[in-house]
Amino acid sequence: MPYTPQEILETIRMIENYHFDIRTVTMGINLLDCAAPDLITVSQKIYTKIMKLASKLVETAHSMEKNYGVPIINKRVAVTPISLVAQSSEADDYSVLAQTLDKAAAELGIDFIGGYSALVHKGATPGETKLIDSIPTALATTQKVCSSVNLATTKAGINMDAVYQMAKVVKKAAELSADRQGIACAKLVVFANAPEDNPFMAGAFHGGGEGEAVINIGISGPGVVKAAIDRLPDCDFRTLAEEIKRVAFKITRVGELVGRKVSEHLNVPFGIVDLSLAPTPTVGDSVANILEAMGLERCGAPGTTAALALLNDAVKKGGAMASSSIGGLSGAFIPVSEDAGMIEAVKVGALSIEKLEAMTSVCSVGLDMIAVPGDTTAETIAAIIADEMAIGMINNKTTAVRIIPVPGKIIGDQVDFGGLLGSAPIMPVRAFNSEGFVRRGGRIPAPLQALTN
Amino acid sequence: MAAKEHVVITVMGQDRIGIVAGVSKILADYKINIIDISQTILQDIFAMILLVDISQSQSNLTDLEDPLKTAGEALGVKIVIQHEDIFRYMHRI
Repeated sequence: MPYTPQEILETIRMIENYHFDIRTVTMGINLLDCAAPDLITVSQKIYTKIMKLASKLVETAHSMEKNYGVPIINKRVAVTPISLVAQSSEADDYSVLAQTLDKAAAELGIDFIGGYSALVHKGATPGETKLIDSIPTALATTQKVCSSVNLATTKAGINMDAVYQMAKVVKKAAELSADRQGIACAKLVVFANAPEDNPFMAGAFHGGGEGEAVINIGISGPGVVKAAIDRLPDCDFRTLAEEIKRVAFKITRVGELVGRKVSEHLNVPFGIVDLSLAPTPTVGDSVANILEAMGLERCGAPGTTAALALLNDAVKKGGAMASSSIGGLSGAFIPVSEDAGMIEAVKVGALSIEKLEAMTSVCSVGLDMIAVPGDTTAETIAAIIADEMAIGMINNKTTAVRIIPVPGKIIGDQVDFGGLLGSAPIMPVRAFNSEGFVRRGGRIPAPLQALTN
Repeated sequence: MAAKEHVVITVMGQDRIGIVAGVSKILADYKINIIDISQTILQDIFAMILLVDISQSQSNLTDLEDPLKTAGEALGVKIVIQHEDIFRYMHRI
């Protein structure tokens, strides 16, 4: 027997007891060749291409689940930012393309399709502005479409006009989906330094430098990491980091295996494994609980940022050896509504937006799935976004904001989005005014960190 | 000789008479060759692990799933079937 019983049972225990799974298999699809002078043609070409390339995605993922005994929770598609495909036409309203994406997603049986997106960190074209203006309607009238807008990069600076515009888009999207707790905002992300190959939603899109099609894998395993840490309640930091590395290695290896096999079966190149530890609302699948297992009474207590820094780094080091190609976001996720431990920490007053902002400087995502009072102004939201963009720009990392100003809700309320989007307590936002700052307009220039040559 | 295709079948639960016989019968029915068997008791759970080669069989891994699951239920054990690759990737560099 080439493997010991301990090894076999360890793998099985990870899956059965500690919620180990492949979080997503995402096919990236290039739609640049779908551009056309009229939107109906664009729509038909997009639909045909997606259906042709991705028709066997779900079936292949199911067969991988059976072969390896690992659940693959989501099957997704990410496309070229639609603003790049649509603006060759003269139409004013691109939301018909969102309908097309939604239709394709429903027929494929996937859970989300990302890429209703624009990259405007240096400036927006008229077409990009049209796309952005159409986002609230597009997201309120579709089920599976996700949208993202890149507002800043380290090299370009922060497009503050677009930041303000997107804050208004967030407000409008919330309003148009007020009957569903503002859920349209849960499918919308703004980025600094957005990666071109992120397999997770809502920010997945098929970047401009990517080829025709690609398979990207998002792994997961917060439960597995926590179980490993629970076995070492008193060890020193070096030992702790080592143990997390080993676990991250093992988790990532399965992502590598699945990526290679799906790629072979579908005859689509294998892109990357994204090592992000992604929580779900299920008990036992929480990143916050990992930080608490490291010795913090609650996620959000002093020490949380340091703990997250260690975790994020150890996951990357272990994962880097495990995969032929790492990419996407690759770090720990801290989405409030999707993490049972985070939700508890907010409820008991341990975790605030300010602490989350600090945490985003050491982990891969940003202010994610944050529900705030419905009367939070666009100017305040713009300022929150600007803060996250600045952290990403200065530190040469990806940051993002997915914020939901839930219409009609105030501090103390809870909002339930259902499924993987989870439920969130409304978080307080500092009641001081940032209007004068946000209204200045223009671009915050690129920092010295941009001058790397 | 075709390349080998190894599958790991893990049986977990209470130790009982008839488990080895029950599982072996299914494998024989599908003309699957058992390469190795090992047994262990880990934290009070009995586990029997079979390494089998399906390369000479007409069936593939998914064909075995349902019959093994049914047999497991009848014997009061849990049976998991996985391609060897997952263990090789996870536990070997």
